Amino acid sequence: MADIFWWVIFPYITLTIMILGLLYRYAFRQLTWAAPSTNFFEKKWLRIGSPLFHYGIVFAFIGHVMGMVIPMEFYQALGISDHLYHMGAIWGGGLAGLMVVAGLIILLIRKMTIDPVRIKAGFADFFSVLALLFVAGTGTYMTIIFNTMVIEYEYRETIGPWFRSLFVFMPKYELMSGVPFIFKLHVVSAFALFASIPFTRLVHIFSFPIKYPARPPQQYRSRSNYRKQGL
Amino acid sequence: MRIKAQVAMVMHLDKCIGCHTCSVTCKNTWTNRPGTEYMWFNNVETRPGPGYPKRWEDTDRYKGGWELQNGKLKLRAGGPITKLANIFYNPNMAEMEDFYEPWTYDYDNLIHSPKKENLPVARPVSEITGKYIDKPEWGSNWDDDLAGGSEIVPLDPNVEKMQEHIKMEYEKTFMMYLPRICEHCLNPSCVASCPTGALYKRDEDGIVLVDHDACRGWRFCQNGCPYHKVYYNWNTHKAEKCNFCYPRTEAGLPTICSETCVGRIRYIGVVLYDADKVKEAASVEDPQDLYEAQLSCFLDPFDPDIQEKAKEAGITDAWLEAAKESPVYKMAMKWKIALPLHPEYRTMPMVWYVPPLSPIMNHITNEDELDTDGYIPAVDQMRIPVEYLASILAADDTEVVRKVLLKLSAMRVYMRGKTVGGVDEFKQSELVKEANTTPEEIEEMARLLGIAKYDERYVIPTGRREMDDDLHYKQGTCSLEDLAPAEGVNPTFGMMKVRDNL
Repeated sequence: MADIFWWVIFPYITLTIMILGLLYRYAFRQLTWAAPSTNFFEKKWLRIGSPLFHYGIVFAFIGHVMGMVIPMEFYQALGISDHLYHMGAIWGGGLAGLMVVAGLIILLIRKMTIDPVRIKAGFADFFSVLALLFVAGTGTYMTIIFNTMVIEYEYRETIGPWFRSLFVFMPKYELMSGVPFIFKLHVVSAFALFASIPFTRLVHIFSFPIKYPARPPQQYRSRSNYRKQGL
Repeated sequence: MRIKAQVAMVMHLDKCIGCHTCSVTCKNTWTNRPGTEYMWFNNVETRPGPGYPKRWEDTDRYKGGWELQNGKLKLRAGGPITKLANIFYNPNMAEMEDFYEPWTYDYDNLIHSPKKENLPVARPVSEITGKYIDKPEWGSNWDDDLAGGSEIVPLDPNVEKMQEHIKMEYEKTFMMYLPRICEHCLNPSCVASCPTGALYKRDEDGIVLVDHDACRGWRFCQNGCPYHKVYYNWNTHKAEKCNFCYPRTEAGLPTICSETCVGRIRYIGVVLYDADKVKEAASVEDPQDLYEAQLSCFLDPFDPDIQEKAKEAGITDAWLEAAKESPVYKMAMKWKIALPLHPEYRTMPMVWYVPPLSPIMNHITNEDELDTDGYIPAVDQMRIPVEYLASILAADDTEVVRKVLLKLSAMRVYMRGKTVGGVDEFKQSELVKEANTTPEEIEEMARLLGIAKYDERYVIPTGRREMDDDLHYKQGTCSLEDLAPAEGVNPTFGMMKVRDNL
């Protein structure tokens, strides 16, 4: 029963909260949708912390796509041995994880010590950083320490297929029963973090301006689209 | 040809008395909310001085505006790819300390202080942190009227590059006021800097606005604007800027800064321009050619051919009539006495400045003894160095500023001659030739610069409304459209979409 809760009900509930929350905020609270920067208040520490964290998390995201979304058979077909894959994952993922954790710690200390930044930060802001730190911390621990000291765990046989099965609405929850606790903790905390996204500053993930290079530099808008109305 | 109309402004610096009424009414209208305390959509700075924010003209630091790279127009702070790579941290953005930390005073203490030996004081309290600021060290107009003198003046980037040493002795120094609002440029670099496309220039009147729903707070506009007239609201995390008081101009009223201007220095009018020419004009090689290039974008509202094409582009008769009466067209394009602020930024700014005359420095003790042509060399001996004005208004081209000052001097001599005699002498003089003017033009200029009334200074056609749906509804509601229900209508859930006939 516990397995069904954690690996079926919980992920779907959290993802539902995330999607509905995002839709609601986009439709009705778009005025609050921004990347809430404190660049204006402080620059020195942000210069180190922010790119470190953000680039780290972009790399980590790519790593998760490689590990969770792309099936193991794909790598085997390419002739990449399991050992080679894990070396890549430990080095690449470990580096990304360390970047994320180091960046987050710098940002957290900055948030706690720089006066205007602390005073203007709300509960949700601290929550986001702490939650990210927890998720990234467990992830980095798994990658760097657990995988090298305890066991080189083959998550591509359990967590990966389970994760993919969520999206075809046939969750293979039984795959998760034998997964080491630390991995379970990472997954559950990550899903909890997803649920919080619509209510925090993290919404800005979804507004990365990917179309910017493609648009003309100057933007004109008509006050009331008179042309469309057949001027 | 793509004809568009632009509502533009001219400021006649000779008449600015530096009273800051424009700034104060603007602030009371637009930026009196949390997050906007430090913003001055309109500010008046004393020149020479670092301005607001400090050293905003330092393009090496803030990387605002455009530059030419291999003949191509590029944003100085980097194009879209560079920006996306730097999106997590903007190295060029001005910080709060470049503006100032806004504060109020602990007035409460004046009333509620217990009886003490010494008078209670109202200590400054930061509006950001709520903590006492023991010693405010910079604020809006901290350097007003050259306060800070020889310590502050050298911070002016225009002074830095001047060959001549600026004299700071009281008898020899100079000073002028420079009121600044958003330039509502023809080639706005803030718009091009916005990754989300939230900033835009309006088709109808050229006003540059921020769509707050779309703005995601990436902040590239803030330093992308070389005039530093886009601000970051730390409370809403959105960009804010001067909106040329569009609710007023749409109703045919001047902006609040103009309306309340004590010196009546401001003029608002419509100009027609060819949007297809802007990019080419902004890309001319020599920065000193930018002024002429910009002038070449404007269209003659009296040309029947232009009128025809403007109508095809959807510009109404009311706007065409206003373009003919436009004080901006007269001053900036016809008489060429108003100059754009820092044309070298290649943004094609649309707030124009008539440079100020200033007392002639040497030798002239009795102006009665000065013959008419004596004014020609006198232009170069005015207290405000021509190089300084040229650095601000003409990309260091002193000849452009000199011509304007000559014309203004000629106007002064002629109008003086009308009362004390000397008009005939003036008409034959070298001055009138050198200034490239005529008595008729001077009479017209003198009227507009000196005694023009409200409806001559502000020729603003109303925005178009006739195609709006539901005009009847709009007539009866306040500006909270879609937020508050119309009078007599019961609020529905969330007060959204109270109109049932849409």
